[in-house]
Amino acid sequence: MEYEFHWNIVFDKLPQLLSGAFVTLHVSVLSMLIGIAIAVLLAIAKMSDSRLISLPATVWVEIARNTPALFQIYMAYFGLGAFGIHLSPYAAVLSALVFVNAGYLTETFRGGFLSIPKTQYSASKSLGMSSIQVYRYIILPQMFRRIYHPMTNQFVWSILMSSLGILVGMNELSGETQRLQSLSFRTLEFFIVAAVMYFLITKFVLFSASLVSQRLFRGDI
Amino acid sequence: MIQIQNVHKSFGSLEVLKGVTMDVNKGEVVSVIGGSGSGKSTLLYCINAIEDIQQGRIIVDEIDVHAKGTNQDRLRQKLGMVFQQWNSFPHLTVLENASLAPRIVLKLSKKEAVERAKKELNHVGLGDKFDEYPTRMSGGQQQRLAIARALAMKPDYMLFDEVTSALDPELVGEVLDTLRMLRDDGMTMICVTHEIAFAREVSDKVAFFHQGVIEEIGPPEQVIVNPQKEATQKFLSKVLH
Repeated sequence: MEYEFHWNIVFDKLPQLLSGAFVTLHVSVLSMLIGIAIAVLLAIAKMSDSRLISLPATVWVEIARNTPALFQIYMAYFGLGAFGIHLSPYAAVLSALVFVNAGYLTETFRGGFLSIPKTQYSASKSLGMSSIQVYRYIILPQMFRRIYHPMTNQFVWSILMSSLGILVGMNELSGETQRLQSLSFRTLEFFIVAAVMYFLITKFVLFSASLVSQRLFRGDI
Repeated sequence: MIQIQNVHKSFGSLEVLKGVTMDVNKGEVVSVIGGSGSGKSTLLYCINAIEDIQQGRIIVDEIDVHAKGTNQDRLRQKLGMVFQQWNSFPHLTVLENASLAPRIVLKLSKKEAVERAKKELNHVGLGDKFDEYPTRMSGGQQQRLAIARALAMKPDYMLFDEVTSALDPELVGEVLDTLRMLRDDGMTMICVTHEIAFAREVSDKVAFFHQGVIEEIGPPEQVIVNPQKEATQKFLSKVLH
């Protein structure tokens, strides 16, 4: 069976696809920023000696890491909807991605923190540094470079998982692709182009991240 | 002057120091020897308040180290410390390693801090390594960096915690040479060490630690050459063969 490709129709709709790609990038950047902020708090909570503080953090992390992202999005969109809380598709996908990102990054941050030898702390203290100075100048810079690459991986994951927005009618790249192909029946062409766009977005993100890391991190760890 | 008065220190139910008393005068070099787990290193950690104590007092230049109102961060500026594992800051260059604390703790200008760091690095023979990263250097070089980093704070006392124990044998000499140089500069030092020959050569006083107390203390000619106590004799016969 011969399949005849028709690319023109896809290229005509390129502006719509690009605007979908922009929404994809937008939601994943935002989910990372909020996810990081929450993960810092969860990581601190998880390392707490008080179970009252560490338990909620542990529960969050366990659910986020051991259930599918699809489930999180359904819960945010339909689950909360059943309780009368109606989120827009964008808000539902964003909160699901934030939930998962925060869960994964909590472990990344905690691991990064625990990987810094305690002796770095005592060596810094022995030079007369205050605790705040030790964290500011010694612990956090080392921790940040250790978690930097796991963090960029999480970013890529967010970009790709935001495609699940298609299921709740979000107008990100996949949702937009779905809508356009259903109008034209050029399914293969639209999804091939969308896949290329995902590829380019993630490559762009990884490339920028490595440029930034070269500027930020000198020396070995 | 450092006065250590009847210091007791426990980790949980394990009592590591069981009443240690010792004075270290200005300009003196005191070596602390003894078996593993005898409490030698713990004493250093107590002197600069990295560890707290349960009983007794440690007084550094009239400041009670563990008293409630003592500003321990400020106190540590007087007390340089070098560790068994050199603990270089791997994300900073050699020069940054040595100039960071003078800049952020002593609030020197960047220029002053760098000048001071360069002087100390030259002093320990790292004058050609300013822009190098510590992880690319040998253990001996990193240990000399650790010494320069501590000296850049212009401390009144230096505490050395088995600073050659983690080094390859051929690198021990360069670090001991640096310590000899400091002794010649008149630095007050407490050296916890397994280098008995070195302790004998450089020390004014040698303290032999045994089971959490100072079993014997005195000039090296006594403690090392002609030990009075049985435990000291046993220990020395084991390490000196």
